[in-house]
Amino acid sequence: MKAIDQTTIVFSSRSANEGFARSCAACFAAQLDPTLDEVADIKTAVSEAVTNSIVHAYPDRLGRITLRLRLLEGNVLEVQVKDSGVGIPDVERARTPLFTTGSEERSGMGFTIMESFMDSLKVRSAIGKGTTVTMRKRIARRTGGAR
Amino acid sequence: MPITVNSQAGSATIALSGEIDHHGARTMMGQLEDAIAQILPMRLTLDLSGVTFMDSSGIAVLLRALRQMQQLGGSLRVTAIPVQARRVLDAAGVGRLIPLE
Repeated sequence: MKAIDQTTIVFSSRSANEGFARSCAACFAAQLDPTLDEVADIKTAVSEAVTNSIVHAYPDRLGRITLRLRLLEGNVLEVQVKDSGVGIPDVERARTPLFTTGSEERSGMGFTIMESFMDSLKVRSAIGKGTTVTMRKRIARRTGGAR
Repeated sequence: MPITVNSQAGSATIALSGEIDHHGARTMMGQLEDAIAQILPMRLTLDLSGVTFMDSSGIAVLLRALRQMQQLGGSLRVTAIPVQARRVLDAAGVGRLIPLE
């Protein structure tokens, strides 16, 4: 699908960048004139995806995370979070609610929340190569939004 | 300070504030654990009115507090939950484990 607008941000897998990534996504989405609830949904989903990369993709080193934001036809926001980390051995299992390989700070609800807060979620992963999470959300048209 | 504590006669209210994500969750968990261990309340209320953002890391914070209260034989409830945090807790079904008010 053709992108009307697009931006890509690359940052290090430091946990301090979780808030940075959320803010970037919210700022990019602002051109769609989203409601506060829609902005909150986007920020929450981005936070989950980026945290997964920070915690699981690079468990013992810092790596690179790429956040690609695209505005697609039909007022659709696409968020892609890509890492070049260890990969997920079993994506279906990882998407199961409460499943986590993380420490006790993790609840195992990340993918469940991404699914609930966005319209679609795709996860592609290859062991030793990395993981790409792609989410889309249609923002309801309101007066004053980008056209 | 992301937590503030108010306690009397076996009851305690602890207010969490700010953004609860993976970056801040470990510190908050530690502070909460220390506060509970110090007060040893029978009834603990977590007030989320000052929470400006929460992702699934917040669920882990609440579940850790629940486990600690269960070990003490006490109870936990969560109040004044902002809309965004509420939606995260609802999506994860946390209300089945902890009373959300």
